[in-house]
Amino acid sequence: MAVSKGKVIGVNGNMVTVAVEDVVSMNEVAYIEVGSQRLKAEVIRIKSDNAELQVFEMTEGIGIGDSVDFTEEMLSVELGPGLLGQVFDGLQNPLPKLAEECGFFLERGVYLGALPTDKKWSFTPAVKVGDSVEKADTIGTVPEGIFEHRIMVPFNCYDRYTVKEVVSAGDYTIKDIVAKLEDSKGNIVDVTMSFTWPVKRPISEYVERLRPVKPMVTKLRLVDTFFPVALGGTYCIPGPFGAGKTVLQQVTSRNADVDIVIVAACGERAGEVVETLKEFPELIDPKTGKSLMERTMIICNTSSMPVAAREASVYTAVTLAEYYRQMGLNVLLLADSTSRWAQAMREMSGRLEEIPGEEAFPAYLESTIASFYERAGRVRLKDGTEGSVTIGGTVSPAGGNFEEPVTQATLKVVGAFHGLSRERSDARKYPAIHPLDSWSKYTGILDETRTEIARSIILRGNEVEQMMKVVGEEGTSTNDYITYLKGDFVDSVYLQQNSFDPVDNSVSPERQDHTFNIMFDIITAQLELDTKENARTWFYQLRQKYIDYNGSDWQSESFKKLETEILAMIAEKKTGVDESLLAMQVEE
Amino acid sequence: MRKVYSKIESIAGNVITVKADGIKYGELAEVTTSFGKSLADVIRLDGDTVSLQVYSGGRGVSTGDEVRFLGHPMQVSFSDNLLGRIFTGSGAPRDNGPELTENMIEIGGPSVNPAKRIIPRNMIRTGLPMIDVFNTLVESQKLPIFSVSGEPYNELLARIAMQAEVDMIILGGMGLKYDDYLFFKDTLEEGGALSRTIFFVHTAADPIVESLLVPDISLAVAEKFALKGKKVLVLLTDMTNFSDAMKEIAITQEQVPSNRGYPGDLYSQLASRYEKAVDFEGAGSITILGVTTMPGDDVTHPVPDNTGYITEGQYYLKNGRIEPFGSLSRLKQQVNGETREDHRALMDGMIKLYAAYLESMEKKSMGFRMSDWDTKLLKYGVIFEKEMMDLTVNIPLEGALDKGWEILSECFTPEETGLKTDLLNKFWPSK
Repeated sequence: MAVSKGKVIGVNGNMVTVAVEDVVSMNEVAYIEVGSQRLKAEVIRIKSDNAELQVFEMTEGIGIGDSVDFTEEMLSVELGPGLLGQVFDGLQNPLPKLAEECGFFLERGVYLGALPTDKKWSFTPAVKVGDSVEKADTIGTVPEGIFEHRIMVPFNCYDRYTVKEVVSAGDYTIKDIVAKLEDSKGNIVDVTMSFTWPVKRPISEYVERLRPVKPMVTKLRLVDTFFPVALGGTYCIPGPFGAGKTVLQQVTSRNADVDIVIVAACGERAGEVVETLKEFPELIDPKTGKSLMERTMIICNTSSMPVAAREASVYTAVTLAEYYRQMGLNVLLLADSTSRWAQAMREMSGRLEEIPGEEAFPAYLESTIASFYERAGRVRLKDGTEGSVTIGGTVSPAGGNFEEPVTQATLKVVGAFHGLSRERSDARKYPAIHPLDSWSKYTGILDETRTEIARSIILRGNEVEQMMKVVGEEGTSTNDYITYLKGDFVDSVYLQQNSFDPVDNSVSPERQDHTFNIMFDIITAQLELDTKENARTWFYQLRQKYIDYNGSDWQSESFKKLETEILAMIAEKKTGVDESLLAMQVEE
Repeated sequence: MRKVYSKIESIAGNVITVKADGIKYGELAEVTTSFGKSLADVIRLDGDTVSLQVYSGGRGVSTGDEVRFLGHPMQVSFSDNLLGRIFTGSGAPRDNGPELTENMIEIGGPSVNPAKRIIPRNMIRTGLPMIDVFNTLVESQKLPIFSVSGEPYNELLARIAMQAEVDMIILGGMGLKYDDYLFFKDTLEEGGALSRTIFFVHTAADPIVESLLVPDISLAVAEKFALKGKKVLVLLTDMTNFSDAMKEIAITQEQVPSNRGYPGDLYSQLASRYEKAVDFEGAGSITILGVTTMPGDDVTHPVPDNTGYITEGQYYLKNGRIEPFGSLSRLKQQVNGETREDHRALMDGMIKLYAAYLESMEKKSMGFRMSDWDTKLLKYGVIFEKEMMDLTVNIPLEGALDKGWEILSECFTPEETGLKTDLLNKFWPSK
């Protein structure tokens, strides 16, 4: 079938109307010829003989009658070895290579291959002639950094095949044919190490989806202990500007206990991407001893880059995540920020003159957000191994008010909610995740009944604090005052974490368990403190020691010394356990 | 030769339509009316119907007026001759100087490849202690000045324009009161800074469409100068007027509004301007300071809110001072470690004491008894506000740091400041 051609008959912002000569399909990619440039676009609506295209570039200079070539292909990404460590734009153009070619600016109409074509990979076959295979079966493997990259039968080969030829172990490029497969009708399919896959179609080459029950350790106490995230789960981080969303994402991208991290910088500041870009190659991953960049991919469509490509960028990111999941790896996708993605949808919807929903977002906002987050999940693959995609998305609600469509639509579908609060970030309490508003449906690394008790003490302490603002310190009983100090203690020594401190910035689960227990002992203790003044002094001293303790290396001399001192301080004042605290539960 | 069209099909607001062939999206045209000529650009193509946005507005345009397409998008002349000159939003001279037509460049060009960006590393000295010491401005930073109407934000900008250690200033005015325009002109003239300044000014009386062009034209020129190695500071006042112009035009074009009447792409529109701030490796840089007035001192208003998500911090102007708590320069950590060893510690220490002063003030106003410590803080607060926060103070960073130590020694004993002993030994003024 011949590919269609067309002519431009209308331009409105980044939407172009094209009269099509032949068949055209929804979400098909087309190129508009403008002078010597070819601008990439996607079909987003078809009306009789006219197709409406969203253009992934600036549309200046497009004129009536410009010719359009359709490709018959949906917007796709290239999958194969060589993706790790790369920096792509929303359409999978490698940005550093683009910079070599075009200099400082992103010239439009320049599209480069995502994967290096000249690099040789050391291929080890996993099948032999005569074997029967189907899509997603492994034909061989190549080492990619620290991982074994599976070369699979392309996911769009829908038949059963017999292996006719397979190359012997050796070095090949991604364009070299590594196997020839014969389908049931006797046609031969050539398999190379790379193939393309449409970004808006989930990759689902697995046997079953599993419940996300294993915690994904982030080394943030507040997250792992109180609001855990699970491998294959989803979570969101809404917060006003300046509350530390991006810093939180950066810290997570460094410390998260997963195999691969994909950072999708979607419509945010370019400067922040640069920090990741320049710092990651220098940072050493403690798990592998290699640079962090080797397990990272960055999809970067910053705020000043074309809006339509921003919409595509989250799909590009999640498709790459799913691809690596097929290799039995745990992948974390961090999308910053999903609000900008939703806004891109809103802009397009406005151009299409669709009937707007709340705050002019399109009516399909919720279902689109839901289907994006649903691409996360822990799965069992055909060979029995497990892999997962975890998605964490930030949300930038207008005015910091969570009662807005994107936050609400996201909250419906995610498994954990880390709400950032302006109040906490103004008080320089980082991470500024609100300990009372946030929630998680996943199982954490610590015993949930105990963490709930700790949380209820924070709540109770907070109530006393509010009360004290009215009646003053004088009008508060010493007992209540101690509860307030306990709540404050948990906040300052456990919830808050200094991301600039070399030790405190990442806390292992083992250490979290250990220090939580000591803290738990303190806050549930009956303490012999007769006056408020004494209580305050005692808690402040203890807090100082505990902060130093948090900053000392695990099981080092100073760690042990401080622990002994802390335990001695507790032993001196503890007279028993406060049963009333143990019985408390957080009122939701 | 380009064809002249003499039949305008429709006129609605600032938008006219003509029937024409071979027109490109974004192309510029010249509309000749009985009041004179105006530029217009193509904002929509639908078959042979071309919609144009007329820069001087639709008022008085007649269906018989002539439209001549120029075959290129909006351009501005670029050369050193721009320096010291004043132009309108569409690039026409506003002073009595000659029109510039050489070396025309297009405005609103592509954005910088993130892979070519570098981590910011140089501070820009302004001589204002509240900026240099407490919230250092960094080359390639984009910062808004959040302010309530009535605050002296234009005075602040003029001061920065005169004192900032940069190669040149581009001042973009949008919806500026004519008095304010004259104020800028006179202040810079008297201060001798006019020769390193280029003005693109849209006053409140000018056609609204021209207001939209000001940031693009200012930044396009800035970008060219930066590529030639110049350190450019772009001052934009006021971005809320710019956003309001956008709102007005979007509504007359019947676009669906999203939040308080603003178009859905407000964020992208603001971002595409602010993101022009850049440090070109091996060449110059663009730094952007933009005033954002907050209607009703409401930081959740769509314009300051969207701006906050884009920029790298903000200066918060309140009661005629840069307020130290609401203000934040996110990039200051990149540079203030290398200025002088006492910089960071003094910055934190003085702000902590100032916060304590405010608490004491509160206690005092509620009628509590003042302790000795409170009395000391009250003394400190008054001196701090006068010697450091006042916008007329103009001292270099090192002078400001020395001044800081002086103020501390005037009010406190060394231990009371909570500063590290080695710094106290080195910097505490001996009496």
